[in-house]
Amino acid sequence: MTSRSPLLARLDSPRVLGYLLITPAAIILLGLLAYPLLLGIWLSLTNATIGKPGEFVGLQNYATIFADPIFRGAALFSIFYTVCAEFGKLILGLALALLLNQQFRGYRASRALMLLPWVAPTVLSALAWLWLLDPQFSAISWLLIRLHLIHSNIDFLGSGWGARFSLIVVNIWRGLPYFAIGYLAGLQSISKDLYEAAAIDGADGWQAFRRITWPLLLPITTILVAFSSIFTLTDFQLIWTITHGGPTDATQVFTTLAYQRAISGGQLGEGAAIAVSPIVFMVVLAVFVVRSVREK
Amino acid sequence: MLRNLKIYVPLAFFGVFLLLPFLWMLLTTFKSNQELLNTPNPFWIFHGTFSHVTDLLTQTAFPQWFANTLFVSVASTVLSVFVSYIAAYAIIRLRFPGSEVVSTIIFLAYIVPPAILFIPLATIIIQLHWFDKLWALVPIYATFLVPFCTWLLIGFLKNIPRELEEAARVDGASNVAILWRIIFPIAIPGLISAAIFSFTLSWNEYLYALVFMSSSGNKTVSVGMTSELIRGDVFQWGQLMAGALIGVLPAILVYFFFVEYYVAGLSGSVKE
Repeated sequence: MTSRSPLLARLDSPRVLGYLLITPAAIILLGLLAYPLLLGIWLSLTNATIGKPGEFVGLQNYATIFADPIFRGAALFSIFYTVCAEFGKLILGLALALLLNQQFRGYRASRALMLLPWVAPTVLSALAWLWLLDPQFSAISWLLIRLHLIHSNIDFLGSGWGARFSLIVVNIWRGLPYFAIGYLAGLQSISKDLYEAAAIDGADGWQAFRRITWPLLLPITTILVAFSSIFTLTDFQLIWTITHGGPTDATQVFTTLAYQRAISGGQLGEGAAIAVSPIVFMVVLAVFVVRSVREK
Repeated sequence: MLRNLKIYVPLAFFGVFLLLPFLWMLLTTFKSNQELLNTPNPFWIFHGTFSHVTDLLTQTAFPQWFANTLFVSVASTVLSVFVSYIAAYAIIRLRFPGSEVVSTIIFLAYIVPPAILFIPLATIIIQLHWFDKLWALVPIYATFLVPFCTWLLIGFLKNIPRELEEAARVDGASNVAILWRIIFPIAIPGLISAAIFSFTLSWNEYLYALVFMSSSGNKTVSVGMTSELIRGDVFQWGQLMAGALIGVLPAILVYFFFVEYYVAGLSGSVKE
């Protein structure tokens, strides 16, 4: 091992080898991530269409989309969808984590099963939801009628608000396990001594939750919500599979509208402007994520 | 007894909500068309049939889509885990100038959603003549797998004690030898974590495959099912749910086989 050639020895120095080893990752990320990101911003400033590079038109695409009621509706629904879904995931995820954090038989099986919505391909489970929400043959309607809660089938996806809330419920369904696992890890890292001390001081369960559990879970909450918001705000799979943005654009979001304008309609410039516009929110969320991850 | 009720009753509600779509795939797959439209109880199978499964496998391109998804998922996983392992090793162990910056950039890359990239990527793919080429999805999937895996492996490699490699270095081992012979065997649990997450994420991917693949022979399961098994308003629910069930199986099998790695990886990604 001692008689290495000078060239090999130089290649093995931390500096040279370090740069060599990150080169493949750098090529992939610079070429297929950083460059497209910048190209996307550039495209949003041009009138490019599929097959035509287009010319620089300044902020014209942004002026067009902000004057477009469909885009304004899509932006509003994207935000509404994200806020409602994150809130639901947080509450239900925390509830499930608190439940799983207790000692009971079947803990491991329950924990394994509850992650399935997160593991299964979203489009395929969205198809099952589409069938479950069918206006005529919905099993959910059937069950509610049997329980005498409703009289006739619900047309879940037929009305604007029905479709919006159905999508929010399905998004909660898909993201809840991620929150539950994150919170479960958080709960398991809280020292039992704190609760014993609180019990000696006469604190009841709710007080212990308010004063110990929740404050200690706050850092994890920031990470979970910020992280999940980034991907909920730019969701495509669920909405495209279940409603295609309909009925009459009621469930259009940034991504589905960008897809329709750019890929189906060929208006790359306008589509890019729509796709780029949530970046403002994304940067704010990214700052939150990076800060919380650094602090830990 | 009361304590048990307080746990199992809410747990049952969560269970029904979280597992309902899977139960629905299972029930629908084995029901006859007649029974799908007219049944006294949709939560039961009165006349079981395998015809949806056999039709799906013999009369549609589903087997091809399945093979395509498998190829893309395995290839992008192998590529990404390899690229991420050497990058993570360089960042955390070699500490070359700028390694801190690189690690922050990789983290930021992880939170750039595909929804922002698919339009410019489409123009790049067309220029490179990668459009409608199945293998093109491998480097494209690496754009979201590499940041994730590198981040996960950085966290993992951080916790491996330095004494081991220092002992090897005293014995004259090169950095490359340490990377392969010393760290690699210890890092295997971390690499398995990275690999199963990559596989799941690739198997789940939809937007890129939808935009960049166009001929039926190059589609993935999710894309083929939504674009070719749904025509207009005619839904072949038996076939669709059979496809969903078979399409969900690989992800679920990998998951159940490595469930502890998943939980550790997910919890870790929050904690790190």
